[in-house]
Amino acid sequence: MVSIKRLQESGADIIAVIGEIDASSSIELDLAIAKSVGEGFKRILVDCHALEYISSAGLGVFMSYIEELREKKIQMVLYGLKEKVANTFEILGLADLLHIRENKSEALKLANELSV
Amino acid sequence: MLKSKALIRLTFLGAMIAWLVLLFSDITILFSSLQGLQPDVPMWLPRVMLGVYIISLFYYYKFRIEHDDSLNFTDLLWKVFATGLITTVISLLFRLLVLLLGSTALATNLVFSDFIYQINLALLVNFLLAALASWKRLILYQKSKWLIRTWAIFEISLFAMLIYDSAGITLSETVSTTFKILIAMLVLALSANMRWVAYLNFKQKWTSLLLLLLTFFYLLYFSYTVEDSAQQISTKTLAFLDFRNQLVVIVLLVFIVTYGIFSFLVILFNLPTSSVFEQKLEEVVNYQRISQSIQTEQDEESVYNILLESTVSSVFADAAWLEITGANNVRRMYTYRVTEIESKNICDHLEKNHVRGILDAGSEKTKNLSKHLASMRGSRFRSLLAFPIKVKEENIGTLALLKELPDGFNKEMTRIVSTFANQAGISIENFRLMEEAFQNERYKEELKIAKTVQQSLLPNKLEEDPDFEIEAFSASADEVGGDYYDTSRINDHLIALIIADVSGKGTTAAFHMSQMKGIFHSLAQSHLEPKEFMQRANQALVYCLERGSFISASYFIIDTQAKKIRYSRAGHCPVLYSREGETQASFLKDKGAALGMIRSKDYCNFIDTNEIKYSAGDTMVLYTDGITEAKSSKGEEFGNDRLAHALNEKIGSTAKEIEDNIIKRLYEFSGSTSLNDDYTLMTVKFRG
Repeated sequence: MVSIKRLQESGADIIAVIGEIDASSSIELDLAIAKSVGEGFKRILVDCHALEYISSAGLGVFMSYIEELREKKIQMVLYGLKEKVANTFEILGLADLLHIRENKSEALKLANELSV
Repeated sequence: MLKSKALIRLTFLGAMIAWLVLLFSDITILFSSLQGLQPDVPMWLPRVMLGVYIISLFYYYKFRIEHDDSLNFTDLLWKVFATGLITTVISLLFRLLVLLLGSTALATNLVFSDFIYQINLALLVNFLLAALASWKRLILYQKSKWLIRTWAIFEISLFAMLIYDSAGITLSETVSTTFKILIAMLVLALSANMRWVAYLNFKQKWTSLLLLLLTFFYLLYFSYTVEDSAQQISTKTLAFLDFRNQLVVIVLLVFIVTYGIFSFLVILFNLPTSSVFEQKLEEVVNYQRISQSIQTEQDEESVYNILLESTVSSVFADAAWLEITGANNVRRMYTYRVTEIESKNICDHLEKNHVRGILDAGSEKTKNLSKHLASMRGSRFRSLLAFPIKVKEENIGTLALLKELPDGFNKEMTRIVSTFANQAGISIENFRLMEEAFQNERYKEELKIAKTVQQSLLPNKLEEDPDFEIEAFSASADEVGGDYYDTSRINDHLIALIIADVSGKGTTAAFHMSQMKGIFHSLAQSHLEPKEFMQRANQALVYCLERGSFISASYFIIDTQAKKIRYSRAGHCPVLYSREGETQASFLKDKGAALGMIRSKDYCNFIDTNEIKYSAGDTMVLYTDGITEAKSSKGEEFGNDRLAHALNEKIGSTAKEIEDNIIKRLYEFSGSTSLNDDYTLMTVKFRG
């Protein structure tokens, strides 16, 4: 079960993911990112404070956007990952492919830097 | 069967003999007294013989009519009619004979007249008893305990009267009057049972009326004939044995006539309403058709068509349409005796007139929309009734009924069609549930195949080497995962090991797993550096893996000559390694992205080859995330620490013992044998 909320702050789209992402709920995450990309946001922040668990399918969603984001020059930064979730990203090698920061201000800062 | 046939013949024979004796004795008595002689036969014989004749015939018809289950109501009446016809024809033949004889000596002979009288009497009794057996069947249709008892009392009284007649007893006035009143009451009580009439259809009612009318005619004819001839003979001689006072015959006659008249009247007055009953019956049949339409594996469309047909016929509508919102919100129209364009026009007209939420799926109630149609031009329909159809409380469509007459629908019709609509809703729901069940079954079957494929991809036997012992364990969840492990010998001192986990589940996972197996066995033989292996595997998989899918894998080459392990970890769970002499195992830290994550040549930047030296007593544990992510009943994960601890407990033991301990601890922790993911574990113990 997952609930996803979106809000905009200083021109960036913040996607807050609450709950657990498994094979079935990963579709919702996919939809949320696709919407954000479709709406033309150049900076997307993913708030993972309340993300309790992410399965390989959920990781697959992030992974599947890497190339598209690079092509469209969209910066996506994840922040506030719980240790367990971060560990999952780490093991799979996704930590090197995605931008991950401690908190929102850092994430926003990085996104701004990268956008330039 | 044979027994009842024999009984029919026996009773008939008995009746014939009794009658012959009756005839013979009666004529003898008459003849003797006419000649002034003392008759050779006792005076009571004819009376008793008549009694025997009645009883025998009573049983004869009891077996013939009462026990024949194949007869329906009109058949019963037909039997009575046919018996009447035959007896009347016989009687008329004798009448003709008398007529032909004219005023000859024989015709005026009293003995001959008595003979004719006896024949007519026998025919009348025969007819009455046939009718009695039929009436009994009709009266006792849908019988109650009370009714059966009443009938039994009636039969017993008939028997009592028979004895009374045969014995020639005379009772006091009061007793006989009371008895008569009692019998009259019985006859009336029995005659009130007319349930069978309701089950006749219109045509059958007409037939019954005709048959009853003819039956009355026979009765009238016989009563007259018997009465008349008895009258004639009795005026001429006192020796004539008059059976006109036979109570049984009178009561029977009265009963047959009374019930006949009652039936006639009830049927007559039921004629105008019989169409209602027939309609109700048709409704029931239609209900059945709807509910059975699913069992006969018909599709949803035919359920709709049956619904349309049966509702139209039940309320005498001229046309109907059904609008259903199916899967993916696709709206479909089913029409019956109305074109789709016509129904569209009506919908548009209603919408224009701001009749909101009625012909769309949002309507909750049945609505009579006739008044809105009055203002519509160019439509032949003047009445409209709309019903919502619900499946699982959800409105899935509208049923609309049309009539060319204005104000063509009444409350009763509304009620009938609502029931139909509900039944159709249930039918459709059942149909959809069944469809779902089929789908599930197919899915399960597919999973079974996937599971078999997955199992067959895992090696039966692992490579052996004097330098190490190796054990592998794999248990798969109900849902097929994509765990894979394998070994392959490159040459006499190099052995390749792989453990991999395909993302996703089901058939696709099993499919990717088989690709991984192919890649492993082909690339391992090329004696590649682990990093090179991963790069090439990634390159190959990019073309097979869909977006978002990936495979985490660890590839090892054990060099038994140089006593070292070269390995590469592509996003897989870190290796748990314990060195000889140390009490704590640790996880090897290194980097590497999973296969399929980076689809370009850049992948080489995200993968490394690592090397460690091993010595005798070292243990290497490879596993998939199913093990570390196994949950306890409290929702806690097994985790790296518990895994490491399970190894530490058995650090000096053999590979098999270590594996067993980890599995034991894992199942103890998760507390159940049902897995939510695959468990795969490979344990390597070096001998050095």
